[in-house]
Amino acid sequence: MSGSGSGDQIQRTLEAVWRIESPRLIALLTRVCGSLELAEDAAQDAFEAALRQWPRDGIPANPAAWLTSTAKRRAIDVLRRQSTQRRKAAELGRGLEDAQPDLDDLVEARAIDDDLLRLVFICCHPLLSVDSRVALTLRLLGGLRTDEVARAFLVSEAAMTRRISRAKRTLAEARVPFEVPQGADFAARLGSVLQVVYLVFNEGYSATSGGDWVRPALCEDALRLGRVLAGLAPDEGEVHGLVALMEIQASRLAARHDPRTGAPVPLLEQDRGRWDHLLIERGLASLERADARPGPRGPYALQAAIAACHGRARTPDHTDWGRIVALYDALAEANPSPVVELNRAVAVSMADGPAAGLELVDALADEPTLAGYHPLPAVRGDILERLGRSDEAAVEFARAATLTRNEAERRLLLARAHPSSELDSS
Amino acid sequence: MRVMIFAKTTPEQESRTHDASGNAEMGQAMARFSAELNAAGVLVSEGALQPSSQGVRYRTGGDDAPTVTDGPFTEAKELVAGYWLWQVRSIDEALEWLRRAPFPAGMTLELRPLVEMPEGASSATD
Repeated sequence: MSGSGSGDQIQRTLEAVWRIESPRLIALLTRVCGSLELAEDAAQDAFEAALRQWPRDGIPANPAAWLTSTAKRRAIDVLRRQSTQRRKAAELGRGLEDAQPDLDDLVEARAIDDDLLRLVFICCHPLLSVDSRVALTLRLLGGLRTDEVARAFLVSEAAMTRRISRAKRTLAEARVPFEVPQGADFAARLGSVLQVVYLVFNEGYSATSGGDWVRPALCEDALRLGRVLAGLAPDEGEVHGLVALMEIQASRLAARHDPRTGAPVPLLEQDRGRWDHLLIERGLASLERADARPGPRGPYALQAAIAACHGRARTPDHTDWGRIVALYDALAEANPSPVVELNRAVAVSMADGPAAGLELVDALADEPTLAGYHPLPAVRGDILERLGRSDEAAVEFARAATLTRNEAERRLLLARAHPSSELDSS
Repeated sequence: MRVMIFAKTTPEQESRTHDASGNAEMGQAMARFSAELNAAGVLVSEGALQPSSQGVRYRTGGDDAPTVTDGPFTEAKELVAGYWLWQVRSIDEALEWLRRAPFPAGMTLELRPLVEMPEGASSATD
């Protein structure tokens, strides 16, 4: 199969191949070269070589193999120039004549998976700031271009390039080993990986400022990363738990805002016909995989189980609030936080009545970490409204409106604060 | 974005008797390919359809009664034999995956992106 066609088509094909192949390629090169920077440079050189040569020679029959062998040759050149690295250069050269690993060869495939898993852990290394981990993960594991990562996080491409370079330098200077953490280290390091993936998902799920409400492409990127992780680390319940949580939350993307006005729609008011039930089924299947692992449910699996309760309910009245309360009890133990307590209070208000919920919300009134957190007064306002205390509810909604930075949400909260008045568009 | 991929066949291909061992080999190759798609986080859903002899066509009649026709649909130019639903960054990525699929020559696959929420279309004041 050779590709003729416009230079533009070839570039698009190259980018598609890149997105699919670059994580594995960079992982392989990092292991053999012992340097993430060298690996990425070599891979990038191969990309640019393809950009120059494919329009002239046509798209190769096996584009992945072409990129791999080209990158390896670049890496060998660099290693040879570093006289201390001649041994590595020789090792790399020995593998150069190997054909692209046959996908039938499970041994080779597993070796690639091992490399990929090592790359995952290095991208999410605790030495790096969370911002840097996210940037490195999207760039190296997600196969996104630097400008795409920059756009996703609303920074300039130059700033993102600097962030990524600094991150790689930090890893190189600390001589971080290219390995999967062992023993007791593994759980904590895996936690940091899952945190990065979920961060990306949340960026897409609920932009917190400006006029935007969702950026679906980031949710997709996170979902794909999570699914890849589930394949690489199938024995880890929390990986399946996170995937389950993301699949079920993603199922609601189309229902989360009013298509006409753009206003956000709370969970209990969403049109469940617009929930993606395929994704809900996938989420439930992932949750089952999580539960099949030994040990109690971790925080992600618990959150997924709560999301599953909503996903299973055909209408809000079918929601098993008692079960949700029990799950929040478990979550509060596994992962205590004031936000979890607030969500638990909402569930209690549904299971045991608004008065019971109000008691729990009031206990959070002086919680310092919730001081600027708009859902706290919003939830209190909601419960007060259900108790018929409308004037007090209005005060809470107005307060919540001042705390949110999301324009559409602010308008919604103001409307609840002044239900009978005519609001102009400002 | 999500893309639906329809594997097409013809009434003539449907009615041809199949080589059992060839089918088994193809089945294995397809299973490996699906596993690769799954491992990449691309595969969302898939299904093989029974031949149209097992199918039914329903044509709405408006005020008149609907028309129900049992298969096979020998008049059709093309029939759907199977489907995939993939999560990809672009049509180009989907095409690249298709190039890696173990299909025999001459097979037609139709790629159709789903209607989905456009990026950033949610705010009414933009």
